[in-house]
Amino acid sequence: MSVTVAATASTIAAPHFEWSLLSPMLLVFGAALAGVLIEAFAPRDLRRPMHVALTLGSLAGAFVLTVVLAAKSSIFAAGKPGVVAAIGTVGVDRPTLFIQATILILAFVSVLLIAESSHEVSSFTPQAAAVPGSAEEREGLLAGLSHTEVYPLTLFAVGGMLLFPAANDLLTMFIALEVLSLPLYLLCGLARRRRLLSQEAAMKYFLLGAFSSAIFLFGIAMLYGYAGSVRLSAIATAAQSGLASSTLLYAGIALLGVGLLFKVGAVPFQAWKPDVYQGSPTPITALMASCTLVSAFGALLRVFYVAFGQLTWDWRPAMWAVAIVTMMVGSIIAITQTDVKRLLAYSSIAQAGYILTGVIAANAAGLSGSLFYLAAYGFATIGAFAIVTLVRDRAGEAAHMSGWAGLGKRSPLVAGVFALFLIAFAGIPLTSGFNGKFAVFRAAIQGGALPLVIIGVISSAILAFPYVRVIVLMFFSEPAAEGPVVVRPSAYTGLAVAIGAAATVVLGIIPEPLLSLASHAASQLFVR
Amino acid sequence: MTGSVHAALVPHAAALASLHATGIQAAAGLLLAFPLAGAVILLLGGKRTNSWGHLVGVAMPVLAFAYGVAAFVQMLGYPAAQRSRELTLYQFIDVGRFQVPFGLRLDPLSICFVLLITGVGSLIHIFAVGYMSHDPDRRRFFGYMNLFVAAMLLLVLADNYLLLYTGWEGVGLASYLLIGFWQYKDSAAVAAKKAFVANRVGDAGLSLAIMLMFFQFGSVTFTGVFGAAPKASNGVVTAIGLLLLLGACGKSAQLPLQSWLLDAMEGPTPVSALIHAATMVTAGVYLIVRSGPIFNLTPDARLAVAIVGAATLLFGGIIGCAKDDIKKSLAGSTMSQIGYMTLAAGLGPAGYIFAIAQLLAHGFFKATLFLTAGSVKHEMNDEVDMRRFGGLRVAMPITFGAFFCAYLAIIGIPPFSAFFTKDPIIEAAFSRGGVSGALLGTAALIGAGITSLYMTRMLLMTFTGRRRWDEGQHPHEAPPVMIWPAILLAAGSLAAGAIFIIGSRLQDFLGPVIGVPPVSHGIFTVYGWAGLALVIAAAGLAFVLYGRREVPVAAPAANPFTVAARKDLYGDAINEGLLMRPGQWLTRLSVYFDNRGVDGLVNTVAAAFGGSSGRMRKVQTGFVRSYALSMLVGAVLLVGTFLLVRL
Repeated sequence: MSVTVAATASTIAAPHFEWSLLSPMLLVFGAALAGVLIEAFAPRDLRRPMHVALTLGSLAGAFVLTVVLAAKSSIFAAGKPGVVAAIGTVGVDRPTLFIQATILILAFVSVLLIAESSHEVSSFTPQAAAVPGSAEEREGLLAGLSHTEVYPLTLFAVGGMLLFPAANDLLTMFIALEVLSLPLYLLCGLARRRRLLSQEAAMKYFLLGAFSSAIFLFGIAMLYGYAGSVRLSAIATAAQSGLASSTLLYAGIALLGVGLLFKVGAVPFQAWKPDVYQGSPTPITALMASCTLVSAFGALLRVFYVAFGQLTWDWRPAMWAVAIVTMMVGSIIAITQTDVKRLLAYSSIAQAGYILTGVIAANAAGLSGSLFYLAAYGFATIGAFAIVTLVRDRAGEAAHMSGWAGLGKRSPLVAGVFALFLIAFAGIPLTSGFNGKFAVFRAAIQGGALPLVIIGVISSAILAFPYVRVIVLMFFSEPAAEGPVVVRPSAYTGLAVAIGAAATVVLGIIPEPLLSLASHAASQLFVR
Repeated sequence: MTGSVHAALVPHAAALASLHATGIQAAAGLLLAFPLAGAVILLLGGKRTNSWGHLVGVAMPVLAFAYGVAAFVQMLGYPAAQRSRELTLYQFIDVGRFQVPFGLRLDPLSICFVLLITGVGSLIHIFAVGYMSHDPDRRRFFGYMNLFVAAMLLLVLADNYLLLYTGWEGVGLASYLLIGFWQYKDSAAVAAKKAFVANRVGDAGLSLAIMLMFFQFGSVTFTGVFGAAPKASNGVVTAIGLLLLLGACGKSAQLPLQSWLLDAMEGPTPVSALIHAATMVTAGVYLIVRSGPIFNLTPDARLAVAIVGAATLLFGGIIGCAKDDIKKSLAGSTMSQIGYMTLAAGLGPAGYIFAIAQLLAHGFFKATLFLTAGSVKHEMNDEVDMRRFGGLRVAMPITFGAFFCAYLAIIGIPPFSAFFTKDPIIEAAFSRGGVSGALLGTAALIGAGITSLYMTRMLLMTFTGRRRWDEGQHPHEAPPVMIWPAILLAAGSLAAGAIFIIGSRLQDFLGPVIGVPPVSHGIFTVYGWAGLALVIAAAGLAFVLYGRREVPVAAPAANPFTVAARKDLYGDAINEGLLMRPGQWLTRLSVYFDNRGVDGLVNTVAAAFGGSSGRMRKVQTGFVRSYALSMLVGAVLLVGTFLLVRL
């Protein structure tokens, strides 16, 4: 940052912050800090309701602020795609606002799941510090303790997710990456049941996340060495002039790409996803599967469209390869999964591959298709994980698929809605999933990536099988005698499922408004 | 060939200039709304609707049929060139220049299908009221049936490929629910899954075709695609044609995706009737005929269509001869009859009309056959083995009568249906000329004989001869609600062919949309007589084999050929070898490379429960290390690729 400042002025000017442009992020971070204060000072009985109100309220408020920003004409004056704020470190443009609004809505729905408090369904351990199976753990359970720190942690993560795709220089992006990741590492380890699995997941996520962060940082260093700046636009300019050694540039792109593809969960950087999705408390899995994915794709899109936008022909072959293996590996391995959450994780890997085809298109249609896909997939995946929290046996969630046998007989509504989400993931028409796939594949075709689309269609045909197996299991099998039951959700989970299902159906039958919005948002790509 | 192509293009071009639907037709959305409303009421209404649900389920297709007739009458009022009307319900996708309307197209082709689907469909629904009367889940059954009808109507009414695909998938999904309806039977769930898999392969073909169309023509509407197709290169058009054929093979149970149809008999009989007669399996033929302007441009793809059709018509017929299960034998017959339609569609403008004529006539006689077979099954306590029937003519005279009418219609005794619809196909195949024409024509001719053989066999084994059923069974005539639909359909089977072909009514009606044959054949031709002779000879052979001789209750040992036919000519084995095995290997291989798949998971869970944390730790470090290694390898590969690209 010092470099850019030094380049523009000899005297150190007082940094100028456009507070109003940053207001959504500031609100979320502010609420997170307030949450810490609540944790410190509020009486225990009041903490949870205060947290829930604060978290939901701040997310809703930030959403409203984002919409207000998007409607503000001064930002987009004279046909500009947007403006940069905070001494050039943050981009405020239409695609970013779309991504941030998507993250905020999805986070709102995820927080509904996190806020589920009924003793039966709550997903969080009462005492994370207690050794699994120990006396302290039992005492905590009996005392009805709960970790209300979950809420501020979530807000910090969401704040990081808002900044990640908006970051206009690589250092800010790295900081955002850490801000969003660190709370998630913690949250992953807080599961109420199967705590060893949960802690294992957190540990793995942390180690591998740190590893990928290091690679990401290494890439930043290379690019700085190449361009003399970490600003995305400066890298683009340097790449265009082509003066410096391009080895640094390409190694930098690749390493930066690894860091981003890790967060997205693209093959071969997907290994953490099934384990972490399975071990984490399910509401956190929902948060990661929706918001983190949107955020990571937002950052990926910005980096590859802004910094490397002139180098499309150079990064395409490698990204083609990544997209192809991601689609195929995700869908093929999904076939053999026996755990519902792992199945959804592999499905999420394959979906990341489909979205990558939109990224590879490297045109406005690709951007808008990816935006639509991310929103559509986010809602469906939260809904699906919400239902996972409802199907329970004595040990907690009935994650093993054998427990889902005959669910359609006992709870036709829950099984039916879950089937709806699976059908949407499979991309059957009249669900949001189909329109999302069609949008990205259409863009990829326009971008000249027909073979990629052919592989995408084949992969989605394969991916239909594991989904159908679950549907068969739910509707065409006899329920086990002592199988799991579907608990009655409180209003929170019920609302989350309803929002997910409604979005899946509405975006399937009437996709036009959101498609138009996404296409409008993407029409001028990112601000440089 | 060029002459006929040109001749076909002109009427198509006329059909492209579509007008807006007005008057009654402006409410064409009702065609979808009625059955859809039925499905919603029945499926979401829950147990409250149990007592009257089936009445709603029947009323909806009947209302749709009534509306279809009204729209048809209005269409007849227009001059022939102005019968194609379009109606946009709302804009489905509207991004810049790319637009996909949720639009319906009412033209002679789609209205034929609407009347078939809703008309025959309604009768099948009425039959099902009786057939399913003892089933506790009758309401749900009608809900699925209505859903099925709605999806099929969407398929044939769509004015663009994307919407057609929507209906296409909907049909697949609904059929899946219906075939697996009796879930307590393992075989039903397996059959449902098989239908889904085969359809999925076909669907992938169709969706690739649509993507290719978009890639080449920038549009997916019929108007846009057909308008731009003549400018595309031959290779592209052929590729689109072949992919469409793959889609058609999946839905219409043509080789090599045929195997699901036989298993699909696991569903309740009305489902079989609906799938075979009025809906699903005809969708592939519809797709090919609708895409005529594309197939007209590519003789290669047309030939492929014709070959698939000819092969399937023989394949299905042979299976039909060997099966003792009456429903499976009928399924073989459907495969074979659809093969005729596909063959006809593959002949291009010379055959489109006859493909549709055969399709409509088939709708009547196949529905009759299934409903009567269903009545027999119903009365015989779900027995389907024809070796255990015999002599039912006396116990169920009306059912026998209806079956006999359909029998006359399907084997093509003049003046009944198939005589008028099948002989022109044989004729058109021969007049294609060349070796391919002779081969296709011969296949169609032999197919006529085989049809007669298995149908006569079925008739004799079921209704004549000695009673071979147990003492405990007391078959008698089915209740009126099941009899009357069969009688009406039987009347239709007898007359349909003559109505369509004599005076070329169907040709005049459909001509503006799908083109007319370049040369018109008379009704009684040398091929017609040859076919008839073959039919009678085959019927005589069947009589000698099954009418004169005693039919053993247990299937006798047979020659290798019969054994093969009984095993569906190893269709399953082929599918297994081509689709399943490679898929399994691929899966296993990738799971192997995924560090640990299922086993690892099971171990982890077990360890977590067992509290053997020592073992956990060991597993865990192994995990992370190998994960990190795979990431490192990936990163090195990625960097390598980037640097290579630079070189």
